[in-house]
Amino acid sequence: MQILLNGGGFDAPESATILLLLESVGLAPARVAVEVNGRIVPRDEYHRLHLHEQDRVEIVRFVGGG
Amino acid sequence: MTSDDTRRERSTPPAAAADIPARYSRQVLFEGLGAEGQARLIAARAVLVGCGALGTVQASLLARAGVGTLRIIDRDFVEESNLQRQILFDEQDVRDVLPKAVAAERKLRAVNSLVQVEGVVDDLNPSTIGRLLDGFDLILDATDNFDARFLINDYAVKNGVPWVYGACVGSYGLTFPVLPGETACLRCVFESAPPAGLSPSCDTAGVLGPIVGIIASLQCAEAIKILAGRRQAITRKMQVIDIWEGRQDLIDLPPRDPQCPCCGRGVYEYLQGAAGSDSVRLCGRDSVQINRRDGAKLDLAEVARRLGPLAKVEVNRFLLRADIDAYRLTVFADGRAIIGGTTDASVARSLYARYIGT
Repeated sequence: MQILLNGGGFDAPESATILLLLESVGLAPARVAVEVNGRIVPRDEYHRLHLHEQDRVEIVRFVGGG
Repeated sequence: MTSDDTRRERSTPPAAAADIPARYSRQVLFEGLGAEGQARLIAARAVLVGCGALGTVQASLLARAGVGTLRIIDRDFVEESNLQRQILFDEQDVRDVLPKAVAAERKLRAVNSLVQVEGVVDDLNPSTIGRLLDGFDLILDATDNFDARFLINDYAVKNGVPWVYGACVGSYGLTFPVLPGETACLRCVFESAPPAGLSPSCDTAGVLGPIVGIIASLQCAEAIKILAGRRQAITRKMQVIDIWEGRQDLIDLPPRDPQCPCCGRGVYEYLQGAAGSDSVRLCGRDSVQINRRDGAKLDLAEVARRLGPLAKVEVNRFLLRADIDAYRLTVFADGRAIIGGTTDASVARSLYARYIGT
């Protein structure tokens, strides 16, 4: 299933949840914020929100440099 | 107009343009600020936590903008690898081994003598945070690690002080303001910090000067709005930028989380860490900081005399540096030390005990 991840094409597992997507890109849920189609997703939906073909997903990574 | 705006309007009488120093004329001309906004900036007090890459840009912009009182807190000293992006420092500061807070204060005095700039050489931790941050209208994040940010977040939420998170690594950076009681706090957005060593830092992944300048500038834009009382203009979103990929995104902040330990339940876990570690590995550097919690002051000249036969020792008014074997000990008058050449806290502690004292 093709989604748009941070502006680029990404082949995600069929109807993957946010949690599965984060796992597949190696990011821990506690350290990111996720927006799907313009809506920020509450953390407690990560395990049950399923993605669809062509969804626009933005993963914001928490960084600590400065 | 919000009630907050109304309250501020009453407490700060609108200034006539004639009362505002001419050096701020281009800011006063800007419709969003005007003479009255500038007068508020002049009366405002901001504290910058950290004076590295983000902090030098913030300090420069805010001092030039006329923010009346600036406190700049930093625990570190200027090194050659800082000069690529830490725009207030120069080669002489490196040769003089100046603490960053001292070098920044000197530079900013020459930039704008109308503002009160106070450089403070200290480490922000649960036992120092009250004394370092009390009495300011705004806290700007220019730290280099996750724990300090969660600590600032706890303090800011508990005391109702707005703060502006900003961070970058590589070519990527992000920022958003935290308005306690109004917007999501840092822990509503990010639950926890990556374990040490697992997150790329500026020292392992590098960082480009321009992303630092951009993030610090965006933080200052929000700072100016907050300090000038222009709360409706505040960008209540995450601004996320990658200058290498050429991407800029504005992403909604999540709503405040009622279950958030900090702003939802009022459990300030980072502030309560007062009894925590006395040593901390410095972000990505091959060094460990040792804190001294008993408040004892060190006589640097005396330590220098003692170490003289054992090591190459340099000392200035602010710190002492000793090269012993493969280690570099940098010791501040408050007893704090940065032990270079190791990332092992127990090695650092034993070096400290052996050469500086217990």
